[in-house]
Amino acid sequence: MEHYHMNLTLKVWKQKNRNEKGRFETYQVKNISSEMSFLEMFDVLNEQLIAEGKEPIAFDHDCREGICGMCSMYINGRAHGPWHHTTTCQLHMREYKDGDTIVVEPWRANAFPVIKDLVVDREAFDRIIQAGGYVSVNTGNAVDANAIPIEKHEADESFASAACIGCGACVAACPNASAMLFVSAKVSHLAMLPQGDPERKTRVTNMIQQMDKEGFGSCTNIGACEAECPKGISLENIARLNREYIGSMTAGGSQNSI
Amino acid sequence: MPLNSKIPAGELAEKWEKYKSTCKLVNPANKRQLEVIVIGTGLAGASAAASLGELGYKVKTFCFQDSPRRAHSIAAQGGINAAKNYQNDGDSTYRLFYDTVKGGDYRAREANVYRLASVSANIIDQCVAQGVPFAREYGGLLSNRSFGGTQVQRTFYAAGQTGQQLLIGAYQALERQVALGNVKQYSRHEMLDIVMVEGKARGVIVRNLVTGELERHFGHAVLLCSGGYGNVFYLSTNAMGSNVTAAWKAHKKGAFFGNPCFTQIHPTCIPVSGDHQSKLTLMSESLRNDGRIWVPKKQGDTRKANEIPEEERDYYLERRYPAFGNLVPRDVASRAAKERCDAGYGVGASKQAVYLDYASAIERYGKIEANKQGLANADKATIIALGKDVVKEKYGNLFEMYEKITGENPYEVPMRIYPAVHYTMGGIWVDYELQTTVPGLYALGEANFSDHGANRLGASALMQGLADGYFVIPYTLGNNLADDIRTKAIPTDHPAFVAAENEVRERINRLMSIKGTESVESFHKRLGKIMWDKCGMARNAQGLKEAIEEIKALRKEFWSNVRIPGEINEHNPELDKANRVADFLELGELMCIDALNRNESCGGHFREEYQTEDGEALRQDEGYMYVAAWEYKGESQYELHKEDLIYDVVHPTQRSYK
Repeated sequence: MEHYHMNLTLKVWKQKNRNEKGRFETYQVKNISSEMSFLEMFDVLNEQLIAEGKEPIAFDHDCREGICGMCSMYINGRAHGPWHHTTTCQLHMREYKDGDTIVVEPWRANAFPVIKDLVVDREAFDRIIQAGGYVSVNTGNAVDANAIPIEKHEADESFASAACIGCGACVAACPNASAMLFVSAKVSHLAMLPQGDPERKTRVTNMIQQMDKEGFGSCTNIGACEAECPKGISLENIARLNREYIGSMTAGGSQNSI
Repeated sequence: MPLNSKIPAGELAEKWEKYKSTCKLVNPANKRQLEVIVIGTGLAGASAAASLGELGYKVKTFCFQDSPRRAHSIAAQGGINAAKNYQNDGDSTYRLFYDTVKGGDYRAREANVYRLASVSANIIDQCVAQGVPFAREYGGLLSNRSFGGTQVQRTFYAAGQTGQQLLIGAYQALERQVALGNVKQYSRHEMLDIVMVEGKARGVIVRNLVTGELERHFGHAVLLCSGGYGNVFYLSTNAMGSNVTAAWKAHKKGAFFGNPCFTQIHPTCIPVSGDHQSKLTLMSESLRNDGRIWVPKKQGDTRKANEIPEEERDYYLERRYPAFGNLVPRDVASRAAKERCDAGYGVGASKQAVYLDYASAIERYGKIEANKQGLANADKATIIALGKDVVKEKYGNLFEMYEKITGENPYEVPMRIYPAVHYTMGGIWVDYELQTTVPGLYALGEANFSDHGANRLGASALMQGLADGYFVIPYTLGNNLADDIRTKAIPTDHPAFVAAENEVRERINRLMSIKGTESVESFHKRLGKIMWDKCGMARNAQGLKEAIEEIKALRKEFWSNVRIPGEINEHNPELDKANRVADFLELGELMCIDALNRNESCGGHFREEYQTEDGEALRQDEGYMYVAAWEYKGESQYELHKEDLIYDVVHPTQRSYK
C-alpha cells in the first residue's frame, strides 16, 4: 500500500467538565502519515498543543488493539468512525486524504455524562451487569468442565454474543440512546448456555429494570447499533432479549424460547 | 534480612495439599470485620476480589480504567494452559510443571510452579461454570490447541479472544459481589502510595482521576494485582495505561523487587511502521501453530514474498530446531528473528521483519476439507478457498486485525512480524503465600515475579493470574489474617495516612511546578529507546553501564524540564502519565543494574558475553541460580538479596529444542 502524508482540519468537542457547557474547537494538523492510527493522529495533535502551551484534548483509550472497549470517539457522525467492525483505535489514517475536515464528538447520551472533552462516564454499564449479568457460582463450586457438553453451534452463538466489548457505541449510534444491544448481548450470552439457565428469568428482568433506571432510551428497531458495533453484535440478540423478557413474565417461562 | 520463601516441607506434589489442610482459617463472623484492598482488576485482581468477597471479606477494588472490565488481561489472545489431558496426549500436572520450569530456563521456584500446574485444571472448571464460552468440538466437549514450548495440546481458547472471555467471566463474578455489597469498586482511581502502620501495609493513598482529589483507604491487607511493567520500553504490546506505579511505590516502601531484568520479547508482533508509533500489536503465538516463519536465503532480497520460490526461502526455525520447529519458546524464536535481521536477511521496508506465512496451512486445511466434503479431484482454487475458510474460523479476528493495521491481506501475502516487548517475568518478590517482604502486602499475577522464571510459556499468564486470584490467595490470605482478627479498622486520620497523603501531594505539586518545555511523552520515548537498545533482546556489560548513566541523566532532565499542562484538581491525563513515567525512570535503572549483575544468559535475559557457539543462551548455574531480590535503599541505591533456587525434582540442563 502506498504511503502518503496529509494535512487535516479537526473540529473537536471541548468541554471542561460535566457541568460546564462545551463547544467545538478547530485545529490544524500537518504531515500526518497514512500509516498512523486515528489515535496516533490525536497523539500528534496533543503533542503539538502541549508544545504551544495549550491544553491537550482528553480522550479515553487504553489497549489500542480494539478489545478493551475504552476508546469512544464519534467521528463525522459515526460511532468509531467509518470503518465497519472497527473501534476508533483501529481506524487508520489511510481512510483520509489531504485537506479533509474531520468532526469528532464524544458519545452523546443522558446515561453517559461527559467527564471532559471526549471522555464520558459509562459506569451505567457496570451497574447493569451488577443487576444480573453473571452466573451465580462461587469459586470452588464447579464440576469438571467437560461434564457440561454444549452443542458447538450453541457455544459459537453464545461466544458471538459474549464478544461485546462494552464500549457503548450502540448507545451513541442510537437516536434514542438505547442500550438494548448491550443488554441483549449479555442476556443472550448467558441464556444460550446451560450454566446460565437457572437464573434466566430474574436476570433478564433485573437487567432491563436497571437499564431503564439508568435513563437509556427505548428500542425502536432502527438498527444503527448493529451497524456501528465494532464487534458485529447482531440485532438477533435484541429479538432474543424480547423473547426472554416475555418468557420471564409467563409461567413455564423461557425454557424453550431460544 | 534473610529471604524466607516459606515453602512448605514435604514432597513436591503434596506441599500445596498439605498447606491447604493445615493453614489457619478465619471464621465467617471475623471475615466480615476484615478489610482487603485490591489494586488492579485484571485476571488476578478481579478473581481475587470476587473470591474474597464470596468468602465474606470486605473488599475494595481500584483500577485506573473507566471499568474493571478494561484491564489489559482483556487483550490476551491465544489461550490458557491447563493440565486436563483431555486430548489423551500424555499431559499431566507433572508435565505442565516440568515444561514451565524448563521453559523458564530453570529460574523459577519449583514449589510455586507445581502448585500452579496442579490448580490449572480447576481454573478451566471454574471458568466454564461462569459461562466462559471456550471453543468446542462437534461432540460438545472443549477444544484444545498447541502452544510454544510444549509438545502436548493443553491450551484452552475462545477464538483469539481468550483473555477477553476470561476477564469478562472474572469481572462478572466481581460485579456480582459488588451487587451483594461485599465489594466496593472504584474506577478511574490510581494508587499512589502504600500506607504503613507499625511495619505493616494498612492502606493506600489513591488519586481520583476524574477530580484529582487524593483519598485514603484502610485495609487489613493490600493486594497488588497491577500487572507488568513492559511499558518502561515505551513501545510494547501493553495497553497505553499499563504502568509500574503501584508496584514501584510498594518497592520504595520495602517490598523487594525480584529479577527486574527478566523481560519477555514476543516473537510475533506487527513491526514498527514509523516514529509516530504509540504501541505494538501482538499477533497471537497460536499463529505459529499453523504459520511458517521464513526469510529469503539471499541477503537484502528486494523481491515480493510471493515472487520468492520455495527453494530460496529459509525456514530458519525449522532448520535450527527440528524437534519444535516453529513452536520453540518465545525467547528462542525472538532471538532467532533478530539474528536473521541483524545478519541482513530482514524483509519489508524497514528490513526489521520476518515472514509468517499461511500459504501451506491454507493448502493443507483445504485438502482436508475437500476430503471431508468428498471432493475427489478438487482443483487448486477450490482447495485454497476451502482452506481459507478453515483458517478464517481459527484465526479470523487476528487476520482482520493485521489487515486493519497494515492494509495488507494476510490470506494473500505473508504477514510481516518482528519481536516486541510483551510481558515481564520479573516483579515484586513474594513468598509461597504471595506475600511480599512488607507484611500485609501481597502481589498477584504479572505484578509478582514468581512462576515463570526467566521466560514465560505462551498461555501461562492467564493461568497464573487466575490461579493466584481464585485458588491461592483465598487460602494464604486467611492464614495470615487469622492473626489479625483483633485489629480494629484504623481510622484514616491516623498520622501514617496523613503523612503518606502529604508525601503524595508534595510530589504532585513538584511535578506541576516544573513547567518545563518537554512533554511527558517525549521523555517516555527517550527512556524507551535507551531500554530497547541497551536492555532489550540482547544486552552487554558496556551497554548496560552506559544505559544506567543515560537514565540517570534523563531522570534529572525530566524533573527539571517536563511540561505538564492543565491543573491538579481535574481530569488530567498528562499528569497521570507524568506520575507513571517518573516511576519508569527509576525502574529502568534498576532493570539495567539487575541485567548487569546477572553475568549469564537465561531465558529472555540474553547477555551477549554468555552464549554457546551456535548462539544459544548460556546459563551460569554455579553463580546465578538465584532470584535477585533488590531492596530499595534510596535514589539509585539498591541492595541485592539472593534467594537460592533449589531443584529437588527437576535437574537443570541446557535447554534444547532441537
